[in-house]
Amino acid sequence: MRKITYLEAIREAMQQMMREDENVYLLGEDIAEYGGAFGVTVGMLEEFGKERIRNTPISEAAIIGVGIGSALTGMRPIAEIMFSDFMTIAMDQIVNQAAKIRYMFGGKAKVPLVIRTAGGGGTGAAAQHSQSLEALFTHIPGLKVVMPSCPYDAKGLLISSILDDNPVIFIEHKLLYKNKKYMQHVPEEIYRIPLGKGDIKREGRDITIVATSFMVQRSLEVADILESEEGIDCEVVDPRTLRPLDMDIIISSVKKTGKVVCIEEACYFGGFMGEVVSQIVEKAFDYLDAPVLRIAGRDCPVPYSLVLEEEMIPSVGRIKKGMLDLLGRF
Amino acid sequence: MREVINMRKIKVSDYEIEDRFSGVSKALKLEMLKKMYEIRYFEEQAEQLIIRGKIHGTCHLYVGEEATAVGAIYALNKDDYITSTHRGHGHCIAKGADLKLMMAEFLGKKTGYCKGKGGSMHIADVEQGNLGANGVVGGGIGIATGAALTCKMKKNGKVVICFFGDGAVNQGIFHESVNMASIWRLPVIYLCENNQYGMSMPVKEAFNIERLSDRRIAYGIDGLTIDGNNIVEVFNVVSHFVERCRKGLGPVLIESLTYRWKGHSKSDAQVYRTREEVKAWMQKDPIERYKRVLLGEGIITPDDDRKLRAEVENEISEALKFAEESPFPEPSEVEEDVYA
Ligand SMILES: Cc1ncc(C[n+]2csc(CCOP(=O)(O)OP(=O)(O)O)c2C)c(N)n1
Ligand SMILES: [Mg+2]
Repeated sequence: MRKITYLEAIREAMQQMMREDENVYLLGEDIAEYGGAFGVTVGMLEEFGKERIRNTPISEAAIIGVGIGSALTGMRPIAEIMFSDFMTIAMDQIVNQAAKIRYMFGGKAKVPLVIRTAGGGGTGAAAQHSQSLEALFTHIPGLKVVMPSCPYDAKGLLISSILDDNPVIFIEHKLLYKNKKYMQHVPEEIYRIPLGKGDIKREGRDITIVATSFMVQRSLEVADILESEEGIDCEVVDPRTLRPLDMDIIISSVKKTGKVVCIEEACYFGGFMGEVVSQIVEKAFDYLDAPVLRIAGRDCPVPYSLVLEEEMIPSVGRIKKGMLDLLGRF
Repeated sequence: MREVINMRKIKVSDYEIEDRFSGVSKALKLEMLKKMYEIRYFEEQAEQLIIRGKIHGTCHLYVGEEATAVGAIYALNKDDYITSTHRGHGHCIAKGADLKLMMAEFLGKKTGYCKGKGGSMHIADVEQGNLGANGVVGGGIGIATGAALTCKMKKNGKVVICFFGDGAVNQGIFHESVNMASIWRLPVIYLCENNQYGMSMPVKEAFNIERLSDRRIAYGIDGLTIDGNNIVEVFNVVSHFVERCRKGLGPVLIESLTYRWKGHSKSDAQVYRTREEVKAWMQKDPIERYKRVLLGEGIITPDDDRKLRAEVENEISEALKFAEESPFPEPSEVEEDVYA
């Protein structure tokens, strides 16, 4: 069985959907000859040509605006914003336009736009190239937010996003793109993973970990360590789609284990996991045997120096310690 | 700052301007050459560090564009302001930055300009009037405009140079800011470093106009295109408009034609350009060109030049030594400096 990287899975999803539907096209900065800042679109210009692999000037607001306008009139654009930090430049277009058009127009229009972007830190790219801004988008009704943590999910979720009739924010993680460690078997054919359906990445009895994107991989690492060193059996739940959110899969895991830790790379304050925790407390309070633990990025911009960056982003050490402290109380 | 004697007029584009360079002192002319070497050698050292895997992060090298930063910044007074870009080492050095603190920042050390928090793309030296490099293309344009508003409101006579690349000219913030500076007649020089590409995007494909300075017409301001590899021209033109800014005559858009010799950043296979093109531009080396001017004027001898280069090389090694010997920040410092 062939194994491919996260980056290859994303590329394959786009290539296959472009072959299926001529309305699907790409637009973004340096996506043609250069193949995208991270190499995701390498080779696509050769297959699909300049019309459908559209290099744009550095104009994020217009990239999204153009994407919205063409989506509204029958195309299915995939817009690439090189770093998720630059989504902020297009925020009016995303928040006030894309997200609201269908509703404002009384359900009589649709915006089938996918915005792919690379989020997260760990690369030493510092404060303006490393952020995890998903909570800005999950707060907005009308947007769907997807954050795949592995190649299999990346392909199936991207295909579903392209087929979806709503604006989808598809946030990829830079540390997942090329790392061979995360290569996986990915079917060659087109397949869909429904938006709004989470996945149990590891079954366990003792404690539930809810994590997103790269933190899923990090949680799996911690789960292995806790099992071998402490005999603790962790269950790792990956919502995969942050909005719509599969709360059922989280609640049933919490009911089983009675303990839960929510892990995200974004800053703690106002982070997406605050929403998850609040829903757990509302829906499964009686099942909890321990306080809910949140582990998140520190409340500061992502710093440059490796020592500081490692302190800011939840590390294996910090996650492990947090969990042992929590479990040690009982 | 500098004496001005017997200024002859020269013509650049449609403008008649004074040849202020001819009135510049020998010492200052030499200092300008030294700054160019500092930039070149700093960047070569930075590239080595990247290649040797010593840098957690990336950087954007300014090699080949030295004349623009030095020529423009030497037209300013020490207390004037600049805003810079992701390709910011050159502006920073020209503005008088301490190479040791820059190198320390690049290596993520506590002794660096930003205590290791900013790195290459965020080096700032606000006390010296350097309002910072910027990781966001176009990110400095509004800031420069705001700094110019301060200068106007405080009537302090200061001027701002706003550096940005050709890529930034297609960002909305460019349009909004330049228009605002125009209607308010702010003392800001918009200095576009047209190095022919925004990452892989050729200027020819990103624009449908011949000269980016033509955009000036849309804002009703002055503007022109200059040879950005000719430091004398850069200095003369920027000096001319700095003076106009100080008189309250409003902003200008200068397009400085130049070329980056190195790849865009850490990993760039440069599929979008040919070796021949790079080589042709290397023939227009701004440092060699300036050196020929100084040799011609008898300001330096080849021997002086060798000494100067050795001196700069030494400064760079000292800076590297300082940076390497400096401590990393403490993890406990991570949440410091978020708020004032
Ligand atoms: C808003 C924004 N979009 C995209 C990028 C990624 N990026 C960094 S530099 C660059 C090219 C910039 O070109 P230009 O302004 O001409 O400056 P140069 O690199 O040529 O000096 C791009 C696309 C960014 N940093 N910020
Ligand atoms: Mg450029």
